[in-house]
Amino acid sequence: MAENSRTSRNSRFTLDNGLRVVLAPDPTAPVVGVAVHYDVGFRSEPEGRTGFAHLFEHLMFQGSESLEKLAHFKIVQSSGGVFNGSTHPDYTDYYEVLPSAALERALFLEADRMRAPKLTRENLANQIDVVKEEIRLNVLNRPYGGFPWILLPPVLYQTFPNAHNGYGDFTDLEQASLDDCAAFFDTYYSPANAVLTVAGDVDPDHARELIEKHFADVPHRPAPPKRSFAEPPPTGEVRGTHTDPHAPLPALAVGYRMPDPVGELDAYLANLVLAGVLTDGDGSRLQQRLVHREPLVTDIGAGAGLFGPFEARDPDTFSITAIHSPDVPADRVLGAVDEELERLASTPPDAQELAKVTARWSASLHAEHDRLMSRTLALGAFELLYGDPSLVHRLPERMAAVTAEDVAAAAKALRPDARAVLLVEPEGGAK
Amino acid sequence: MTTAGHRSAEEIGRTATGPRPVPELGAQTAAADLSHVDTVLSNGLRLLAVRKPTVPLVELRLRIPFGGTTPLHAATAEVLAETILTGTQRRDRIAIDTELALIGGELNTVVDPERLTIAGNALADGLPTLLDVLADALTAASYADDEVARESARLVERLVVSRTQPRVIAREALLKHVYGDHPATREVPQADDVAAVETAMVRELHTAAVLPRGSVLVIVGDIDPDAIAGDVERVLGGWSADRDAVTMPELPAVAGGDLLLVPRAGAVQSQIRLIAQSLPRTDPRYAALQLANLAYGGYFSSRLVENIREDKGYTYGAHSGFEFTGSTATVGVDADTANEVTAAALLETRYELGRLAVVPPTAEEVESVRQYAIGSLLTATSSQAGLASQLAALSAAGLGAEWLAEHPERVAAVTVDEVARAALEFFAPSRFTGVVVGDADVLAPQLTALGGVVVGEPGK
Repeated sequence: MAENSRTSRNSRFTLDNGLRVVLAPDPTAPVVGVAVHYDVGFRSEPEGRTGFAHLFEHLMFQGSESLEKLAHFKIVQSSGGVFNGSTHPDYTDYYEVLPSAALERALFLEADRMRAPKLTRENLANQIDVVKEEIRLNVLNRPYGGFPWILLPPVLYQTFPNAHNGYGDFTDLEQASLDDCAAFFDTYYSPANAVLTVAGDVDPDHARELIEKHFADVPHRPAPPKRSFAEPPPTGEVRGTHTDPHAPLPALAVGYRMPDPVGELDAYLANLVLAGVLTDGDGSRLQQRLVHREPLVTDIGAGAGLFGPFEARDPDTFSITAIHSPDVPADRVLGAVDEELERLASTPPDAQELAKVTARWSASLHAEHDRLMSRTLALGAFELLYGDPSLVHRLPERMAAVTAEDVAAAAKALRPDARAVLLVEPEGGAK
Repeated sequence: MTTAGHRSAEEIGRTATGPRPVPELGAQTAAADLSHVDTVLSNGLRLLAVRKPTVPLVELRLRIPFGGTTPLHAATAEVLAETILTGTQRRDRIAIDTELALIGGELNTVVDPERLTIAGNALADGLPTLLDVLADALTAASYADDEVARESARLVERLVVSRTQPRVIAREALLKHVYGDHPATREVPQADDVAAVETAMVRELHTAAVLPRGSVLVIVGDIDPDAIAGDVERVLGGWSADRDAVTMPELPAVAGGDLLLVPRAGAVQSQIRLIAQSLPRTDPRYAALQLANLAYGGYFSSRLVENIREDKGYTYGAHSGFEFTGSTATVGVDADTANEVTAAALLETRYELGRLAVVPPTAEEVESVRQYAIGSLLTATSSQAGLASQLAALSAAGLGAEWLAEHPERVAAVTVDEVARAALEFFAPSRFTGVVVGDADVLAPQLTALGGVVVGEPGK
């Protein structure tokens, strides 16, 4: 119902300076979402500057020509809105959700920092400190910090863009200079390298006028040439070990290469369905066997993308993660996973097994699109990665069209002789 | 970097036009009135259902008061929560998961010292199945021996992981420091207690405590408000008992006092957790206190965040917020900081408490938090899931959709003086106590020098 009418109201256009715009009106609640996606993520940051894309995201909140430090937060919040930004492998997003009266303010804020952010030494030093606290909080001072998103890539990948730590090493963060910031901005933060999304309670014609008013005079700079991050898959099983000072139980992550999320979308979706067949719900293959029947693990999960699907271009990662008792050797868990994958490869799942996965995906996509913030971000990301924001609304049908044979083929491609295995060992042995 | 030539940071930060004025706000449309039903079914269950057909889904939240004072209550309740959806007389674990999956549905159970919550959602046309599975679990959960044994074993493993999380350690230390041995402190049961739970104890607890009278079922989504009460009555009417669900004993009021420095050797970061008594949502002063809290540390543009994150870089996140328990409420302040700046961060956190009390929020600050309070409520309740969770939280205090609809007016009516009075009364540093969890060898010299900090284990 609502989805079809939503799709038909969506529109796209491009300003003269190259900024792509997605408009997605929806009057059901008096709120608007505004997002800008820049086509640069941590895979593009230079060697010796790990963590720079994320650090730069922090700096974009620190003021611009018309806005003193802290003004961005104050203006959004005193208009009744919420804001944030996040850095992904292949893009960085900035967004606000506000009462619809504040639409023009949000456009003004995003345009001002796209045009002329204030990059200063003081703010850089302060945000290096803040980012280091963020890393202590999310990685260094907790069990399984960075598992698997920081720990698995260096085992599965060989080239710097794919393998390095996107949060950054403290030594690299401390080296970041103001000139690095200026170069990064001029290279990657041009309107021709960005997507603006406006969704929610807006009149499309009025929104378009306001977008022209605020963004049209952001000067054009050419978008950087598209880089390929392609590299050959591993030719054997590559293993790595990480000692975790806080983890009480051993864990493992298995990483596989998977089909190109953009160029081979249907095969990519078959991998998402496969992940559901393997670990979604008590009736899934690996939950049934490894958590309940045998039982070998405390928890197990599988999925596409180290932050979720549709976050990256090629190459992307299919991963299976498990936390297990120290009495169970990792190879026993791996052996059981391989057996289940072989079974699926030779005997495709039945119709009901597929229907379960696709119904749950359909519901979760509806739920995601019901949250204006998630919908705004998804539309922008799909414009950026696929050039097709409405694909977001067609995903349930595309997933429902995945056949049992497609899932079997996806399972067959997860080969034990072309994968990474990361073992997390508790420091000083398990207690 | 990749460009041969680029502008300097200074050139990037200015244009020929110069700074531009921030646009005024445009016209605001009001939120649509949503039709709803708020009624009590024949078994004593309160049903709060709202029609919100933005997507073809339904969201469901069932909250059952689940207080208990016996030593093994927390552990038994946790095992019950893990196993209530693992089989009934009619369905085994796999059948439950299969039926739910085919309607795109999920049901998850969590328990805390106050209540058992079953939350879920499904495609809208699957609501009859969702309710049927729920009713089946409520009236005929079987607690098979092997399911209870396996889930208890998993729970023990998870508890071991959980107790290594700094935030869990800090939370438990805070509760014990403030409430001693009150049942509210047993949010995370002890692994040994879980291991001692037997199947018969779980079944007995279900019979004694999974009760409809005093519980609330919230349903939000693409539903027919005229038919929903009858539909739910038909499916859940058989869930009945002659007793009320058991509420947790009221919490004692928090008194201000020394902070406890709880040692965690080798930690690279410390947790600062402060707490003071505040007001429930039903108090006429609540809206003013809500604005005072936002101005202190309740949003990003608050005094606390601007000071210790944006100005000093001591922390990634600092936050203050309310916690509502029974008919009482507290306000908590939390920040995680690197060891070398923990004492300085605590100093600033206390300074900002004192400043809020004696240099109260200005008219400009009050306007900002007022708009934020109204707007963020609008945003949070604009999705089915957000509205369902919001209503479920309000329902615990006997409130519902009317309170939610009227709250923006209450916030709009608060005066600057009322915020100042609330700040003075409730944010004075002397009202607070709390804990700092971290490497005591490193932290103790500075923290004890500040005063009002003693080293020790909580609850002793």
